[in-house]
Amino acid sequence: MTEGHTPLFHERKSYRRRRLIDMIRMLPLIGAFLWAVPLLWPSGKDSATPTSLAIIYLFAVWLGMVLLGALLARLLKKAEDQDPDRGT
Amino acid sequence: MATLNILVAVCLIYVTFLFVVAFAAERAAKQGHGGWLRSPLVYTLSLSIYCTAWTFYGAVGYAARSGLEYLTIYIGPSLVMVGWWWILRKLVRIGRSQRVTSIADLISSRYGKSNLLAVGVTLLAVIGTTPYIALQLQSVTLSFDVFSGSNEVAGSIVDRDSTALWVAMGLTLFTIVFGTRNLDVNERHHGVVIAIAVEAIVKLFALLAVGVFVVWGLGGGLSETLQRIDASEIGMWEMRGDRWASLIFLSAAAFLCLPRMFQVMVVENDHESYLRTASWAFPAYLMVMSLFVVPIAVLGLDILPEGSNPDLFVLTLPLATGREGLAMLSFLGGFSSATSMVIVASLALSTMVSNHIVMPIWLSATGGGAKISGDVRNVVILSRRLSIAAVVALGYLYFRLSGGGTALASIGLISFAGVAQFLPVLLGGIFWRGATRTGAFAGLSVGFLVWAFALLLPSFGSGVLISQSVMDNGLFGLAWLRPQAFFGIEGMDPLVHAVMWSISLNTLVFFVSSLVGFPSPLERLQGAQFVNVYEHSRRPQGWSGSAAQSEDLMIMAQRILGAREAQNLFEREAQRQGVSGYLPDPSPDFLQILERELSGSVGAATAHAMIGQIVGGASVSVRDLMAVADETAQMMEYSSKLEAKSEEQARTARQLRQANEKLTQLSVQKDAFLSQVSHELRTPMTSIRAFSEILRDSEKLSGQEKVKYSSIIHDEAIRLTRLLDDLLDLSVLENGQVNLNTQTGVLVDVLDHAISSALTGSSDTRLTVRRRKSHEVVHMTTDLDRLAQVFINLIGNAQKYCDADPAELTINASLSQGQMLVDFIDNGSGISKEDQAVIFEKFARVGEMKAGGAGLGLAICREIMARLGGSVSYLPGQGGAAFRVILPLAASKTTL
Repeated sequence: MTEGHTPLFHERKSYRRRRLIDMIRMLPLIGAFLWAVPLLWPSGKDSATPTSLAIIYLFAVWLGMVLLGALLARLLKKAEDQDPDRGT
Repeated sequence: MATLNILVAVCLIYVTFLFVVAFAAERAAKQGHGGWLRSPLVYTLSLSIYCTAWTFYGAVGYAARSGLEYLTIYIGPSLVMVGWWWILRKLVRIGRSQRVTSIADLISSRYGKSNLLAVGVTLLAVIGTTPYIALQLQSVTLSFDVFSGSNEVAGSIVDRDSTALWVAMGLTLFTIVFGTRNLDVNERHHGVVIAIAVEAIVKLFALLAVGVFVVWGLGGGLSETLQRIDASEIGMWEMRGDRWASLIFLSAAAFLCLPRMFQVMVVENDHESYLRTASWAFPAYLMVMSLFVVPIAVLGLDILPEGSNPDLFVLTLPLATGREGLAMLSFLGGFSSATSMVIVASLALSTMVSNHIVMPIWLSATGGGAKISGDVRNVVILSRRLSIAAVVALGYLYFRLSGGGTALASIGLISFAGVAQFLPVLLGGIFWRGATRTGAFAGLSVGFLVWAFALLLPSFGSGVLISQSVMDNGLFGLAWLRPQAFFGIEGMDPLVHAVMWSISLNTLVFFVSSLVGFPSPLERLQGAQFVNVYEHSRRPQGWSGSAAQSEDLMIMAQRILGAREAQNLFEREAQRQGVSGYLPDPSPDFLQILERELSGSVGAATAHAMIGQIVGGASVSVRDLMAVADETAQMMEYSSKLEAKSEEQARTARQLRQANEKLTQLSVQKDAFLSQVSHELRTPMTSIRAFSEILRDSEKLSGQEKVKYSSIIHDEAIRLTRLLDDLLDLSVLENGQVNLNTQTGVLVDVLDHAISSALTGSSDTRLTVRRRKSHEVVHMTTDLDRLAQVFINLIGNAQKYCDADPAELTINASLSQGQMLVDFIDNGSGISKEDQAVIFEKFARVGEMKAGGAGLGLAICREIMARLGGSVSYLPGQGGAAFRVILPLAASKTTL
């Protein structure tokens, strides 16, 4: 809470919550990486990936992000309800 | 033309429906049961103004031209939303704690409340948004054209322009009605937000309907559609990596920086936890919105004749296959996308233009912010309304000038790149304490110039605003200043080129200028506030307000916030400080809170200046600077504790002194009252005794004289009875033994009755009463007779004590949070501060008993109101004596 007074270790609940937030922080980076993958696909007339596959891949990543995001948001709400220590 | 008429009718019905929805929402919010208006779902849906007509029509066109590249526009915002913990959470927290009204306000507030910076940001935002508004008008008129079949008719230009004009005027009207209805301290607009949420559902539903029809109705199922996609012109994944990456970046940046997105995301946000839901729900919305874009594009290319405008496939596909109803739905979807964007964008921009350009000019033109007369809110609202009209008019003008020829996607991207210039300054402002105003100004200017030179001006075509020779040889003949090949690097995509150079030069200049310069104390203070927003839930104090007068502040606050809000705020703060009444101590804490409230209405820079005028100069105290310097944190904590303690002691002492004064006064009054009571009792007694003796002893009295004497005795006895009645009434009320006779009635009747009995009872009716009966039609369930007794007393007091000529009494009735407020304000000289403290005490009388009366009236009123579950109190700062009666609307719970 106050600067300079944050304890070095947290109790288990706090610890879990913090790791959860780490995961939330990580999510956009994972998404950015996965959405950049198509750039590595081969291009050119013969070897190019068909658009239908690209659509399926891109939307699958999207759906994954949404579901994971929803799950994390749920967990976070639960953790915050239980843990009044809201220090970040 | 029959279809056109139907179309116009459908539009009008739809718009009327929106009006009704918005109106109902405003009404519900006003009556205090609008909780459902604010939910994570509504918040998420309101974010969907990101999906404008550009999404609805343009995405298909975009996909038909460049394949899957259109997805970048939705991937960027999805990443931002999913990564809410990084940026959005902080923005929303800052927005709420600093009462930010717009992105210009945020930036200006962060960099030392500099209005110059706010003006710059506002101008850039207007320039960046104008093409975008034009784009919406263009898409609506195009879709009208498709329907009316006048696409090919030569005379259709006139129609187009008038369609756009009608749409623009309608939208202006809607925005003005629901966006500037009241000057909300929080700058939140329930009606607008609900209307936008409804539009979000309409456009999603419409696009899904068309998509489902295309895939299963025309395409022959999922797998066949996928095969068709692969067989089409855009059947291979051929993506330019530079465009893919920079467009994702650009859309993410624009999502954060677009004034309208900032409005719904930060300003209209009601609770931080909504973000948690929106973080996944909004990406889901975007995903669904873009799901059927490619199938529609591919089948459109397949089925429709060569050369049809791909931007309109969403409409022309159902039309070409004879699905008029679906086409109509799709038209409505496009119409909603366009209208919601224009409404919010013009609302957001008008707040900025009004707060940062019009108001400062007006305030300096009228000479002095604090001493202005009249209600400033009218000026603010008027300037907002004019700004809305001006913003929409600019969009219309751009539409007329550009001729509406360019593809939707390219206009949108130019706009995006323009507002993305705010990104370095915005992120620098909330993550880096070293960012300075000079840096922000320099960075923004450079970024904007590069954007205009490399992207905006060439977009009109070479030779229009920028000559061919400049395009080929560079500015001033310098080869390294060619608009599309800076530093001689050729072959880049023009958009990628412009985005890369404008953003990177912007960032570089911003960074270096910040490093070199030295910020002012206020900048450093605000910097610490913004960057460490999670630690500082309380702001360090910037005002030393000993010289400030609470009453002056109240007068100013009432003019800006409105009487009700200002009074509530002052009362709340006074309570918090432990002072009774409406006037809190002008402590630095209070001034800070007041400034923040004011900035919700007029922007941070103006609010700061206005308080400064009353308080006499803002000061960044030594203590604040020490708060900025971390190394002295402990010392600061110690000294601030001491200071807080001494402040508290000073306050306690003040309260004690107040209490003591009151006690002394009370005792003096009691003595005075006792002698008054004995006097009052004695005078009638004396005459009763004298006249009854005359009646008893004199035998030669005529009948006339007997009648005269006995009626004197009678009158005096009545006077005595009345005095005793009052005393008895009071003691009954005080002991809580009163029986309430609860009835249901209308306020206006009670007031009518009270006024007639208060005024006709006396021969002297020089008092004029001003009322607004339309506001008084309030049904209530309470003891109406007792309430009327209170009113009669207050009106009678005004009649007795108001010393103005001609005397006037204004009665204002209003509703607030389930309570009825009735204010009685006269135009006399009011009640002095010392008297305000005691007028509700028993036996208190103002002045030297000039009007007779035992001084029990207000004490009885107070007791009655307490029994009815309400209150009556003195309202300072109204120009004359003013009393406020508060009564809960729900049946009072008194059981006594």
